[in-house]
Amino acid sequence: MHARTYKAKSKVESRKSKVPSSPFGVRRSQLTKGRRIDQHPILTFENSGPIGFFFEGRSMTGRKGETIAAALAANGIRLFRHAEKTGRPRGFFCAVGKCASCLMVVDGKPNTMVCMEPLREGVKVERQSGRGRLRGE
Amino acid sequence: MVNTTDLAIAGGGPAGLCAAITASGLGVKVVLIDDNDRLGGQLVKQTHKFFGSKRHYCGTRGMDIATTLEAELGVLPAEVLRGTSVVGLYGGRMLGLANRERFFKLGFKCLIVATGAAENNVLFQNNDLPGVYGAGAVQTLMNVYGVKPGARVLMVGSGNIGLIVSYQLIQAGIEVAAVVEALPKIGGYHVHAAKLARLGVPILTSHTVLSALGKEQVEGAVICRVGEDFKPVARTAKKLNVDTICLAVGLTPLSELLWQSGCNMVYVPELGGHVAWHDENMQTSICQVYLAGDVSGIEEASTAMLEGRVAGAHAAMQVLGPSPEAERILAESQSELCAIRKGPFGDKAACGKARLAECVPVAGVPARG
Repeated sequence: MHARTYKAKSKVESRKSKVPSSPFGVRRSQLTKGRRIDQHPILTFENSGPIGFFFEGRSMTGRKGETIAAALAANGIRLFRHAEKTGRPRGFFCAVGKCASCLMVVDGKPNTMVCMEPLREGVKVERQSGRGRLRGE
Repeated sequence: MVNTTDLAIAGGGPAGLCAAITASGLGVKVVLIDDNDRLGGQLVKQTHKFFGSKRHYCGTRGMDIATTLEAELGVLPAEVLRGTSVVGLYGGRMLGLANRERFFKLGFKCLIVATGAAENNVLFQNNDLPGVYGAGAVQTLMNVYGVKPGARVLMVGSGNIGLIVSYQLIQAGIEVAAVVEALPKIGGYHVHAAKLARLGVPILTSHTVLSALGKEQVEGAVICRVGEDFKPVARTAKKLNVDTICLAVGLTPLSELLWQSGCNMVYVPELGGHVAWHDENMQTSICQVYLAGDVSGIEEASTAMLEGRVAGAHAAMQVLGPSPEAERILAESQSELCAIRKGPFGDKAACGKARLAECVPVAGVPARG
């Protein structure tokens, strides 16, 4: 289930983290400050509870009812994996489980489509390189 | 022992939902399969109000239509498999299904493929950088999860999706640097373009994106003017400070299951690519294998819902035999489809469907195996 309703009121959550500034003039601070939509003319997003998880060993917080991809995006993480042949950085593209651009290692399981995978308490999310490795391989 | 059903429906978007409601309402044993936990497909992220007549949910927001349809289905005896993907179509009328726990099979008499479409990418330098998102992805992120995809966005494509999503970005408090459109005129409805223009968003026709800047993610974009041949015009390149590039450059039908079924496939550019040949009852060249919605050609939710009703009603007659109620639904939905496609923006789809009708399929081939 999603955390969205558009009648109830929501509490705004703001988070700050240190990210180096960009050479191209986009103020990263803008991105890192309010990645959650706090005001919307049609929708309100209810915070149905924090969910703690780990990204590359770093502790992060997402929200109940969202996918791992959404939680990462809310934490300013866009680089999800490195492509198999070129090693180029990849993030999600379609966010609805069709393009397979968002494959990550989730609790040791490679090739998990994080745009479809619900965020669970304590889940360990890691960037994937290439095809990934199964445990014991 | 493999479970079987009269009618299996792959995809619980507007087309699949309407097919399920129609067929189940007529008394058919239905199993609806969707890979999300919530039904409604892409309707769940559509915050804008629909156009058209009252019967086609005019004035209602897409996400509310999803809720209404899901509730309508909820009171019917149809079985719904959520969080489940159709991973294969086997000979002998058998689907392979998988959820997070297990793989299992489902036999069927009739199948309706309502898998929808996937977003297109477009060719430019660094088009694979994180921060280059499909317009649907941006909608999912901001309208379903309340997360901003970025701070400043370049929108590529001025069709209705590009214009509507640009407006929704602004509603979410995100800046839209510009909308670029390779064609010399705006593709979508004037009302949507006018809303953006009033908010001061430049809609640059005869412009395209040349490259995304950045090493690990989008940190800028280069756009330029294009000539009538769609080639970049020299010395018109311009750098934009954006952190997100949103692509609204069309959709491609998700036809994998239909390819696998072995039915006749036809390439129709007006419909978005390869589509399965189908008749006015949405039946493919394989008897009792149907399709509905964007997978039968890219259109909109209103036509998807009608196609779903057509397929659902016809499949019901295949299972239960002819009935006046099914025939009424079939005829009504078919004539409404015609009416919509006669409208000012139905041209392209009507043309595509006409082209499809010209092809003669190898009819009545049984499912492989």
